[in-house]
Amino acid sequence: MLDKSDIINLDYSLLSTLTQLFGPSGFEEEVAQYISAQLQPHSDKISIDTLGNLIVRRRGPGKRILVASHMDQIGIIVTNIDKEGFLRFSILGSMAITALNKKRIKFRNGRIGVIGVEKLEKVADLKLEKFYIDIGASSREEAGNAVQIGDSAVLVGDFIEAGSRIISKAFDDRLGCFIAIEALKRVKTDHELAFVFTVQEEVGARGAQTAAYALDPDLALAVDVTATGDTPKAQQMSVELGKGAGIKVFDRSLVTSPQIKRWMADVATNKKIPFQWEVLEFGGTDSGAINLTKAGIPAGVISVPIRYLHSPAEMADKKDVEAAVDLLVALLESPAEL
Amino acid sequence: MLLKTLSELNGTSGDETTVRNLLSAEIKPYVEKIVIDKLGNLIAFKNQKFSGPKVLITAHMDEVALMIMAITNEGFLKFKPVGGIDPRILVSKTVRIGADLTGVIGAKAIHLQKLPERQKACTYDQLYIDIGAQSKEEAAGKVKVGDYAYFVTACEPFGEGLYKGKAFDDRIGCAILVELLKQEYDFPLVAAFTVQEEVGLRGAKVAAYQIEPDFAIVVEGTIAADVMERAEEEWVTELGKGPACSIVDRTTLYSPKLIQYVAELARRKNIPLQLRRGSSGGNDAGRIHITKTGIPTVSLSVPCRYIHSYVSVINEKDFKACGDLVLALMRNLPPITNYPAKTREDY
Amino acid sequence: MINAQMQSAKEFLRLLSRESGISGNEAPVAALVRAEFQLLSDEVYTDTFGNIYALKKGSKNSSRIMLAAHMDEIGLIVHKIDERGFLRFISIAGIDPKILLSQEVIVHGRRQIPGIIGSIPPHLLAEGDSDKAVKMEDMAVDVGLSAEMVHKVIQVGDVISLQRDSCELLNNIVAGKSFDDRAGVVALKICLEELSHLHHSHDVIAVATTQEEVGIRGAQTSAYSLVPDMAIVVEVAHGCTPDTKGQVNLELGKGPSVALGPNVHPAIYQHISETALLQRLPMQIEPLPGASGTDAWAIQVSQAGIPTGLVSIPLRYMHTSVETLNMQDVLNCGKLLAYAIASLPDDLEGLLCY
Repeated sequence: MLDKSDIINLDYSLLSTLTQLFGPSGFEEEVAQYISAQLQPHSDKISIDTLGNLIVRRRGPGKRILVASHMDQIGIIVTNIDKEGFLRFSILGSMAITALNKKRIKFRNGRIGVIGVEKLEKVADLKLEKFYIDIGASSREEAGNAVQIGDSAVLVGDFIEAGSRIISKAFDDRLGCFIAIEALKRVKTDHELAFVFTVQEEVGARGAQTAAYALDPDLALAVDVTATGDTPKAQQMSVELGKGAGIKVFDRSLVTSPQIKRWMADVATNKKIPFQWEVLEFGGTDSGAINLTKAGIPAGVISVPIRYLHSPAEMADKKDVEAAVDLLVALLESPAEL
Repeated sequence: MLLKTLSELNGTSGDETTVRNLLSAEIKPYVEKIVIDKLGNLIAFKNQKFSGPKVLITAHMDEVALMIMAITNEGFLKFKPVGGIDPRILVSKTVRIGADLTGVIGAKAIHLQKLPERQKACTYDQLYIDIGAQSKEEAAGKVKVGDYAYFVTACEPFGEGLYKGKAFDDRIGCAILVELLKQEYDFPLVAAFTVQEEVGLRGAKVAAYQIEPDFAIVVEGTIAADVMERAEEEWVTELGKGPACSIVDRTTLYSPKLIQYVAELARRKNIPLQLRRGSSGGNDAGRIHITKTGIPTVSLSVPCRYIHSYVSVINEKDFKACGDLVLALMRNLPPITNYPAKTREDY
Repeated sequence: MINAQMQSAKEFLRLLSRESGISGNEAPVAALVRAEFQLLSDEVYTDTFGNIYALKKGSKNSSRIMLAAHMDEIGLIVHKIDERGFLRFISIAGIDPKILLSQEVIVHGRRQIPGIIGSIPPHLLAEGDSDKAVKMEDMAVDVGLSAEMVHKVIQVGDVISLQRDSCELLNNIVAGKSFDDRAGVVALKICLEELSHLHHSHDVIAVATTQEEVGIRGAQTSAYSLVPDMAIVVEVAHGCTPDTKGQVNLELGKGPSVALGPNVHPAIYQHISETALLQRLPMQIEPLPGASGTDAWAIQVSQAGIPTGLVSIPLRYMHTSVETLNMQDVLNCGKLLAYAIASLPDDLEGLLCY
């Protein structure tokens, strides 16, 4: 049984800061710098690779374990500025476009814009091409002084605590980063650890692919978020908020091997950490890409249940976050003999 | 003119031999070594003994075309596209199969179409090639299932300062690479003329894996939709405004630092440059930049109107400026952070 | 002799077909494959992905030829257990929901539990209801146990396989589940048998791959670790039926199909089709203008590129539980592979250069 007094005090102000850092896919620098500073005292070596992955190492004689959580969040990228100063854009990652209408959006330099939509003949005409961003400029020149083609932005969404529930943008996957950071601060192990804060997960787990190639670990764990099925007439799914950390069984990128599942569930059961089996109908994680690297790397996923995924108001439960930290620490402190 | 020759050669994914042979002969005097790898990529080396970061320039040899899938009992040929082709462009065209067999893609005469039929586009299921054979046996004597059929389009000057032709995507990149190989450089240079881009960036994947460059430049033909009543924001690129530097597409998020570097270089050298708008499409960069531990990659393209069709159009000035810009970039390489390569312990 | 080989091939396919081995959970079928391959090769081993490798040494062992057929099958996975103990599920790979109604299944929980995917009786249907296909989210597996009992023996994430014993139709035609691609595994067995009385200079590594149906994963990692000089994949291909005329031109009983197109090295296609002619073995041509959707697609671009070929057994009703094929095609496929391998020149490099 874990000494609960060690674990309960997670620093949620750190999570709050993480969620508000700017980091859409391809533009993760700010997040990397911040995490790097946080983990300096807890690591033996920190580096950034070609694609921008932040790699935090802790040396040890044991198994070589990679822990991946992705820094990037869903965002948009400006693809055109018209004569009247309106911007057109593409989405970085995948997102239901209906969630965009009349939302505030923030650029790296702090400039705020509003997403508008052209007049539609019928609702079915709603396509990405119909959206534009209004940054309050009235000409191409004026807009160009604040924002350029190729600049990116993210939806605005503050961090809010509501009892045991927390709400914010970018829990996908700053929550994973937070869990990894908190775990690395606490973990005492002989294993050789590489905590990788990856880039470009939302566009196809590209960062995880090159990092796994470079590090060639014996074993990998990703910490990412997952959907739930516990809201009114939700998409069918057994995962519920507040019922513990998810252990992934299946998604479109990974079928977790029976050995990994057994290891994760046994450790959770022994340490009395609440967990739930997760079967996700759509989507994937960094572990899918890592699993397929070189001759194949055994990989699992700790998932945190989230409602309203890929929106500026993602909702999680602190109990699940705490269970995920506990589980990650316990797994890294276990012999990991598979 | 090399571009004309290249454009008029036939070579789709998996059938790049003719193009490869011509390119191999063209570049031979200017390179130290030529290798054809296991997928058929043509890889040329210069300055192998030099130290410093290794630079890769690539263009793909394959074009979109048709593959014969079956011969009907009446001697007509059923086909499917190799790469992405809108079936609506195929009706009423001639095609070449092998060296000297010509066929036509017809359609039911408008007189015979009922009203609902008239309003519907033809799909691949309805289309077939007529080679004039009178029986299945006669057709089978001339054509094998699995043969390729190519567009028959002459590459010629067109309008003011333009060229029209087929396969500019990406023979135009091949033509630029050949010119670039004639110059001298002070770093190890590898040029890869890749195969199978149109069916999933497959040649580039294995080429980058074996070459392990420290920096890569992909030279392409890209979408220019600056036509008719399309709104400006949908153009992607525009003819006559210089080469296009990619920012984002379905396969790559390009490094903002490298894009900025290229844009400043173009400004300094007075070479026109446009940023590729929108995020449609994808090219060999998509595989190259995530090869092994990651490779910094830039994509520079010549805008092509009516790409992936029977006849596309380019501007000669864009063609020249694209070559100039790639040359300028190679003369002024950006800071290359991943050289020398790191080992597993360096991270 | 011919009959004995046919009988043992039929029996092996029957066993493989009946066993479960859903993508990522191939252990049950893998045990059968391992046992069979052990009898026919010099060494058998497994990797972390569950791929099974059977090495048959060549006389000169100069080059390495990889043969691959996948042993995983499509299936379902428990997604949610409702209050009354019905199992809601999603598919693990491309299953047509239309084949599921009124289908018997096996739930792989703490033990194997028989289940039924139920249907609403016609009496209760409103006019026009039966015109609509039932969606997977509106189906459930009924295991006939109390909700309390269900929770004791089944959990979210357990896999569900279709229940079907294979059967024999006329003219050596057999039908059953998972012939995609266990028939390919049987062809590998035939090939290894034939190779034991042929002279071959190259090492042959027959690989029964995993996780093909969820994205060609086992082939990708096994090709990376083997780095063969050449690879040939054995798959199944759509055979002609009354409703596929014009889309498909492969027929049952006319021999295996040899693919050509960007996914296939032209010299390998050439060599296999010349072998067929020389050995008087029937073959058909399968043109593939792009992605083959088979293990060959991943193997070809592994590492610095691997010259790859693709040979397929024509099969009707793919991804149903009554996949139908002609056993003679399976035998001919295995033989064609063996003869093609035995007649390869010692200098593979020369054969494969462009």
